[in-house]
Amino acid sequence: MKEILSDSLFFGVFVSVMGYQLGIILKKKFGFAIFNPLLVSIIFVMLILKLLHVDFDSYNEGAKYLSYLLTPATVCLAIPLYQQLELLKNNLKAVAIGILSGVLASMCSILIFARLFEFTHEQYVTMLPKSITTAIGMGVSEELGGIVTITVATIIITGILGNVIADFVCKIFRITHPIAKGLALGTAAHAIGTAKAMEMGEIEGAMSSLAIAVAGLCTVLGASVFAMFL
Amino acid sequence: MKFMQQFGIILGITFVGEVLKELIPLPIPASIYGLVLMLLCLQTGIVKLKSVEESGNFLIEIMPLMFIPAAVGLMESFEQLRPILFSVVFVTAATTIIVMVVTGRVTQYILRREENSSEGNIE
Repeated sequence: MKEILSDSLFFGVFVSVMGYQLGIILKKKFGFAIFNPLLVSIIFVMLILKLLHVDFDSYNEGAKYLSYLLTPATVCLAIPLYQQLELLKNNLKAVAIGILSGVLASMCSILIFARLFEFTHEQYVTMLPKSITTAIGMGVSEELGGIVTITVATIIITGILGNVIADFVCKIFRITHPIAKGLALGTAAHAIGTAKAMEMGEIEGAMSSLAIAVAGLCTVLGASVFAMFL
Repeated sequence: MKFMQQFGIILGITFVGEVLKELIPLPIPASIYGLVLMLLCLQTGIVKLKSVEESGNFLIEIMPLMFIPAAVGLMESFEQLRPILFSVVFVTAATTIIVMVVTGRVTQYILRREENSSEGNIE
């Protein structure tokens, strides 16, 4: 039985999709923010793997094809962005300043916490790119001498957390404008946040897609400057 | 046929993005080059919206699924993360909220201010 599961190419993908469906059902039934489909599916897959004694590499042998689609899917984020291009042009100033302030807030707050927790330089630069998309973040961390695997971990934790708490944060801090919501999600929680923004609406999704690219590029420049501060 | 052609165009642009990444020595991933390229193609009309729309929207809809393997992979780096787990998780959580609030509030503040001033001009 174990061999069948470990050797199967479709087990990993199937369990992942099942977990996501389970999350959608739970969310519909109970409506709590904690039943975020992404979070539910991650925990579900981890439990199944532990329960059936399937190791991560065997799971990933099939599931990697899901990750494989991430690059073309990110390319497709240009589609909603194109559809909202007029809106972007009309609000260029607010969009530009909004994303820039978010990128600065990210790096300033990491610097302050790093001093507070007495991080080493290595730990500090590992955290610096945590709000941007994995592929860019890995490059930044590597270039500045960070620990890449931990950078990836913090990027994913950031994304999932952003995805889960977005509704709550927007409500508490009265962020109601769809452009503001979208930019907040994309700047704080990159592509995983954008998946949530897509659920919120077309404008939110488009603005969040834009923020992934712009915040990512600004962080490449900003992080090399901020790396000198600790 | 329709979906195959659309998927083909998307993969083609993704591939060009990959080539650009290899040629340009910057820490910018293929996906971002591809995104900008797709936007340029749509904007200039080289690629029509309707020739990528359905497949593109399908990929975007299933996008959350694509993050599951990487997140499950955190199991693997857990040992490495354990000694600094508390501080890393705390700083990650706190800064995520800070960035979200700052970006959202600043954007909203400027949008509202501009809306008000343009209303003022009409009067």
